[in-house]
Amino acid sequence: MPSFVIQEKCDGCKGGDKTACMYICPNDLMVLDPNAMKAYNQEPDQCWECFSCVKICPTQAIEVRGYADFVPLGSSIMPMMGTEDVMWTCKFRNGLIKRFKFPIRTTPEGQANAYADLKGKDLESPLLSTQEADGVTLPTPKM
Amino acid sequence: MAACGTAFEVKKWMKDGQSVLLCDKAAMERSGAVAQGLSAINTYVGENAVEDYVRMVRNDLMGLVREDLIFDLGCYVDDSVYLFEEWGLPVWKKDEAGKNMDGKKGQKMGTLKSGAQPVRTGKWQIMINGESYKRIVAEAAKLALGEDNIIERCFIVELLLDATVPNQIAGAVGFSVRENKVYIIKCKTMMIACGGAVNIYQPRSVGEGKGRAWYPVWNAGSTYTMAMKVGAELTMMENRFTPARFKDGYGPVGAWFLLFKAKTLNGLGEAFAGSDAAKKELEKYAPYGTAAITPTCLRNHLMLFEMKEGRGPIMMDTVTALAALGATMDKKELKHLESEAWEDFLDMTCGQANLWCAQDCEPEKKNSEVMPTEPYLLGSHSGCCGLWASGPDYDWVPDAYKIKARNGKVYKQMTTVEGLFTAGDGVGGSGHKFSSGSHAEGRIAAKQMCRYATDFADFTPTLKQSKEELVDLVYKPVRTFLDNCEYTTAIDINPNYIKPNDDVSPDEGHP
Repeated sequence: MPSFVIQEKCDGCKGGDKTACMYICPNDLMVLDPNAMKAYNQEPDQCWECFSCVKICPTQAIEVRGYADFVPLGSSIMPMMGTEDVMWTCKFRNGLIKRFKFPIRTTPEGQANAYADLKGKDLESPLLSTQEADGVTLPTPKM
Repeated sequence: MAACGTAFEVKKWMKDGQSVLLCDKAAMERSGAVAQGLSAINTYVGENAVEDYVRMVRNDLMGLVREDLIFDLGCYVDDSVYLFEEWGLPVWKKDEAGKNMDGKKGQKMGTLKSGAQPVRTGKWQIMINGESYKRIVAEAAKLALGEDNIIERCFIVELLLDATVPNQIAGAVGFSVRENKVYIIKCKTMMIACGGAVNIYQPRSVGEGKGRAWYPVWNAGSTYTMAMKVGAELTMMENRFTPARFKDGYGPVGAWFLLFKAKTLNGLGEAFAGSDAAKKELEKYAPYGTAAITPTCLRNHLMLFEMKEGRGPIMMDTVTALAALGATMDKKELKHLESEAWEDFLDMTCGQANLWCAQDCEPEKKNSEVMPTEPYLLGSHSGCCGLWASGPDYDWVPDAYKIKARNGKVYKQMTTVEGLFTAGDGVGGSGHKFSSGSHAEGRIAAKQMCRYATDFADFTPTLKQSKEELVDLVYKPVRTFLDNCEYTTAIDINPNYIKPNDDVSPDEGHP
């Protein structure tokens, strides 16, 4: 189910040296054609259909089409990312449309607690830093 | 996940004057096997005994495991799950009446750490709303490590040994996939976690669909190859994991079996798993085959057995399962049940949801075919390939499972190369750690690396190869291509090289 970029909607991320889809693709498939200032999937048969490019595209220019070898044309699924939820629109080949909304995170983005001030004390103990801070005792196997 | 664990933990144990660098060949927030998300965390010990976790893994992998590594992992994994939830991962909860609440609504029940009850689908699995699982975990990892200590889009190609100290890791060489730059990195100690190996075996999908593997196509096997090339011992590489998945779309079956209690039927419509023929076949693999819970590999073997006996195809009976669950539900609850069925795919294998749409398949009205995929090599799921790694330095751990460095000390998760650690898919003989266990292993490795770097503070890594030799090594494939491509009339077929993906011409896909 390789991703494709809709000509009219892609603005090449407004002339930056890399586009959002180039930044995110885990398999490094998305590239920017510098002349057209449009991105494209350079190796569709290595696409894992992970939707990372679809979800990050700021202009919703990227969608996916089913793989030619086993998916008939005419259906689509499309995510819309929010800050707390993702909304999916699933279109069946027969015209049926289903919409689903799922939570994606419960905290504001960028504010995960990295425990930046936490310093471990005993390098020889088997405890991880947060376990040491919590005073955890590790179990031993009963044999 | 493993590298994010290391990134989170490592600075907590670093001393003044020590430095750290993380290289990712992609962007951390969507790199690795959890890029697409997950709908469950498959290892959360919770109310269970760690010994029982060892028993489950041992039985599932038919005895060929390292019990020391599994027990040790069980002591840490929940701490990582607590962190995920604190960072914002929505974890499903049980309400007072025992009903399921999604991760957002379930917040009012409190956190797992404070004693809230997760939604258990099996003894070890808990449900999550995990679309952004990797983004959340990577966010904490990046904040903890600091952007200055991370290089993304850096493709490491070889590990490097020390010039003077035998069998000691000293660095790595790689290149940027964004600019014309070679990276030569020196280190006292290193953690390697580049996932498992996909497409070693001929994939079932062909042509344009070749990227539709179950495990991510970018898991190129470099954890094993790069470590092996510097002399690290591998273990259990003959253990190929062949998961059963929804046909073609590779959608997960775990939630269908465990959450929705669906059964698989053979071509005759029989729930074959409990048949006399299946029982007889399982007896061949006693005591594992006759255990209360049939090991994953044998469940999949039974599927192949049915197909070979001419009783295929195998269908997941979604219709009966959803009807049974829905029998006592009102309209709103039914809608929620349908939503859960779709979320399982949309959170981790989006393409399967599209395949349902393309086949006009509503799971409450039409069953879907499942079948075994091609085999994979990995060490974190229901497989146990990997590097031979040191167990913890406890009295109950056999000496043969401990790897000592030249100072006589044991470093957990160190490979047979001194200073080279691993985690996740890299640690062999210890399957079923999944995403949470991989993260925990990354954290354990982080502390051990700090201990190693402190113990060997006087050691200064020096590389055997010169800068020029290393640059030549990186450029060798492209130079071989350029030196020889004019020899033949078509650049794709040439006796001097094989292109990595020879059925796609370089210009294909260009608008």
